[in-house]
Amino acid sequence: MAKFTKKKQGDLPAVSTASLPDIVFMLLFFFMTVTSMKDSTLMIKNELPYADQVQTLDKKDRVIYIYAGQPSSRYQDQFGTLPKIQLNDKFANVDEVANYVLAERASKREELQNVLTTALKVDYETNMGLVSDIKQELRKVNALKINYTTRTGSAFQNIE
Amino acid sequence: MGRNRNAPPEVNAGSMADIAFLLLIFFLVTTTIETDSGLDRKLPPIEPPENPPIIRQKNIFTVVVNKNNQLLVEEELMELKDLRAAAVAFLDNGAGVGQDGQPCDYCQGSKDPESSDHPSKAIISLQNDRMTEYGTYIAVQNELVGAYNQLRNREAERLYGKSFTEMNAQYLDPKTPDDVKDDLKPKLERIQDMYPQKLSEAEPKTY
Repeated sequence: MAKFTKKKQGDLPAVSTASLPDIVFMLLFFFMTVTSMKDSTLMIKNELPYADQVQTLDKKDRVIYIYAGQPSSRYQDQFGTLPKIQLNDKFANVDEVANYVLAERASKREELQNVLTTALKVDYETNMGLVSDIKQELRKVNALKINYTTRTGSAFQNIE
Repeated sequence: MGRNRNAPPEVNAGSMADIAFLLLIFFLVTTTIETDSGLDRKLPPIEPPENPPIIRQKNIFTVVVNKNNQLLVEEELMELKDLRAAAVAFLDNGAGVGQDGQPCDYCQGSKDPESSDHPSKAIISLQNDRMTEYGTYIAVQNELVGAYNQLRNREAERLYGKSFTEMNAQYLDPKTPDDVKDDLKPKLERIQDMYPQKLSEAEPKTY
């Protein structure tokens, strides 16, 4: 009981929260620099496989992205559960890949058009048949530099 | 108004933290940490080369992945964890002469006459089924690239005292100055020449 009365006498000064905004701004700037804007909403499940012999991808303006995987649960009523390709913001068939790559290539600056890489962001549960079809389409339009985008980690996690 | 007239009234900055938090949460939600690394591969051009060279069977290392994600390496069932060592043994065998007629003086393999002649002739052929899972395929690719990297690192370590992957990462880094790049380029090319990456991917089979 004595403690309570004592506290009232020697009132502790309140902790100053004046530096709180600075701390939060620091966090904010950290996140602004290490992350990048989502450019397309993923409509598919996209859990990338793991690999450890990886190379870092080129700058973002030299990369064409192709996504593939099972449609996420909210699209499964409409599109089923078989893996599909996603280009930009919509589902696509295999025969649309070539045109998409050509259109993307044409939209890049001229000096970059020869150094483009196609990044395949494919879910680890996809069948190789679909991936091979994409690769075949890419060969047709001569987009031969590809990158299988992966997460960094031991490759043995893929087969568990 | 009962205030001290000398000092201007202070703006209450108490809500600054709230505003900053709001911004922070907005950025957390709308952005992603990019996964921007992966396995670089080069696809073969669609038109077949004229006069394809004749390749002897012993210079081809066949890896087949079936629809149950099992591995068949040189007609034998194999676990994924043994693949890298098997590929290294095949590439580093060096039993005969290379494309230029020189024997492989840097190979440390067993010189088995039944296996590859020279790293410049050795080809790894990867075949997969249409039903193979992508994750398994990447794991196999990763192990095969790992085998090449292991050999290249060994030679780079011996010649230049630095690993190949480290040198390559430095070469690809846009922040590296040009004179360092010019110095690295012939070194990298020499190592790549010693163990050229010949990884052929056949179109998948349907049964």
